[in-house]
Amino acid sequence: MKMFVCIKYVPDTSEAEVKVNPDGVTVDSSRFSFDINDADNYAVEESVLIKEAKEGDVTVVSIGPKKSDVMIRMAMAKGCDQAVRIEDDRIAGHDPLMVAKALAAAIKGQEFDLVLTGCMASDDGHMSTGVALAEELGVNHASMVKKVEVLDGKVRAHRELEGGLLEVVELELPAVLTIQTGINEPRYAPIRGIRQAQKKELKVVSLDDLGVDPASVGSDASMVVLEELYIPEVESSAEFIEGEAEEKAEKLASILVKGGLV
Amino acid sequence: MGNILVLAEHRQGALRDISYEMMALAPKLAEDMGCEVTVLLVGSKMDDLAKKMAAYGSKVLVVDDPLFENFNAEKYQKVLSALIDDLKPAVVMTGQTAQGVDFIPALAVEKNLPLVAEAISLEYANGTLKATRQLYSGKVNATVAFKPADTYLVTIREGVVEPPDAAADGAVEKVDSPLKDDLTYRSFVEYIEAEVGDVDITQSDTLVAVGRGLKEDKNLSIIEELAQAIRADIAGSRAATDAGWIPHDRQVGTSGKSVKPKLYIAMGISGAFQHVAGMKGAKTVVAINKDPEAPIFTVADYAIVDDMFKVVPKLIEKLKELKG
Ligand SMILES: Cc1cc2nc3c(=O)[nH]c(=O)nc-3n(C[C@H](O)[C@H](O)[C@H](O)COP(=O)(O)OP(=O)(O)OC[C@H]3O[C@@H](n4cnc5c(N)ncnc54)[C@H](O)[C@@H]3O)c2cc1C
Ligand SMILES: Nc1ncnc2c1ncn2[C@@H]1O[C@H](COP(=O)(O)O)[C@@H](O)[C@H]1O
Repeated sequence: MKMFVCIKYVPDTSEAEVKVNPDGVTVDSSRFSFDINDADNYAVEESVLIKEAKEGDVTVVSIGPKKSDVMIRMAMAKGCDQAVRIEDDRIAGHDPLMVAKALAAAIKGQEFDLVLTGCMASDDGHMSTGVALAEELGVNHASMVKKVEVLDGKVRAHRELEGGLLEVVELELPAVLTIQTGINEPRYAPIRGIRQAQKKELKVVSLDDLGVDPASVGSDASMVVLEELYIPEVESSAEFIEGEAEEKAEKLASILVKGGLV
Repeated sequence: MGNILVLAEHRQGALRDISYEMMALAPKLAEDMGCEVTVLLVGSKMDDLAKKMAAYGSKVLVVDDPLFENFNAEKYQKVLSALIDDLKPAVVMTGQTAQGVDFIPALAVEKNLPLVAEAISLEYANGTLKATRQLYSGKVNATVAFKPADTYLVTIREGVVEPPDAAADGAVEKVDSPLKDDLTYRSFVEYIEAEVGDVDITQSDTLVAVGRGLKEDKNLSIIEELAQAIRADIAGSRAATDAGWIPHDRQVGTSGKSVKPKLYIAMGISGAFQHVAGMKGAKTVVAINKDPEAPIFTVADYAIVDDMFKVVPKLIEKLKELKG
């Protein structure tokens, strides 16, 4: 099995306040820690599991800055074989169709059986890149996949629908699968793997290196314009319980008991 | 100008809520754009569903063919592709659902059309269609404008509007399937129903729900103690079930269960809309989160901004004391 896995370096904003930069179209991510996108972490694990079961070779593809090399090395430490990082400011990152085109350029022309992506990036959350990528590559796809069974020339994918219902589909290979979280238990990188990863190839390429006309994936080519980012007004009618942690606990306990809620 | 083509979504014989919800957005947009709404249904044995959609006053086009007995992204893409050529719609609107996300981006690439995914609102003014969508799990909103194009593709987040009341009956019109033969490269195999577990959290009166903030498995014991003290069942966010801390059938949200307990205590849960969609039916919501900006607070009745592990032990102690 020859595989590609697309991974994105994203900021962890779950516990932090997000601020919009004065340009109005980017956020100030200087204080955030970055890591592999959650779903992509599962995609990496799935590719390595398939490789272990069927033999094969996995290439990591990522569009991102130099600092994301730590993420890419980590994926290689877990078992991916080599990596391509596209670094180019001219890609219209706000448009998943442009991102898909750039990712496709790094894959096109090479043989492959499977391309795995995450089903959603936790920052932009388009849930669109993987399926657009499949069309760019001219291959089959299935999105939101919670189980993969590789058969002879085919793949059986369990798609997770609303309410936890699964839709099982069969696709002829090659195919793109967008992986949903929870499909497996991502491993920790073994020490030996971390050492080996340093020796694996990590190619850094620009659009020119890929033979892509920058105008075809830039903001002029994109048919959507990111006009403005803003912090939505938080309308909370909640009663905020104040005090030290223990005081808050005591107050909440009385509210619950007096209100007949427990 | 062409019409707004709304793709009504259905599964296992029933229309999905998003189909009705889009009928709250599309007519207003059509008015602003100076066009009309056409609903599209693709499936097999669609008569009843077509009637239901027609009750919202717009014309309903039906592609009714055994080829579409089950959803198939490739087939849907082919149908939409052909109908876009025929009807030249100004907008194609679908849900940002497991169906929508499975073929709309490919359609956008195939037809070279602009796409905005998961809009929460739409606005048309001075000849420009703009959509609002969310980034960073709802912490940031984005206004995205479409550049002029023949057809705009937009998917709508589930649950952002109430379905409208039925209006007058619209006409139902059958159209021949643009697809004549079955496909060989992608096929539907079967549906597998969600697992059922030992406790049915949709029936619980009191739920204590945990998220990624639980941090590790061993921290569950204090949550269990709290649950026991107030006779609650334990539920969780997707992050908590993915991590294996709690069973999958206890996941609350769009891809899990919709719950409606009298009391829902959310701890270490950020409140992503996929989670909130499953618990907003709770009567009273208590949220404990150390991030004051966490979206979960927008649906809370009582809020505590703090470390859950500093709050819960005292909470248990005091509850036990008060309840005797
Ligand atoms: C197609 C699809 C379907 C999905 N379906 C669902 C679904 O059904 N249900 C669901 O829940 N999610 C679902 N998700 C995932 C959803 O988008 C979020 O990723 C998920 O809900 C996040 O879970 P969380 O709130 O536990 O984690 P996070 O978003 O990481 O939030 C953790 C929170 O814990 C807080 N915290 C950390 N430590 C502490 C502490 N010591 N004390 C107090 N607070 C603390 C943090 O401030 C943060 O707010 C779905 C996603 C997709 C793409
Ligand atoms: N910059 C990027 N580099 C590599 N992969 C990406 C990038 N952006 C998006 N992807 C892939 O596309 C998936 C879905 O992203 P999105 O459509 O933005 O939700 C992610 O989970 C990644 O697998």
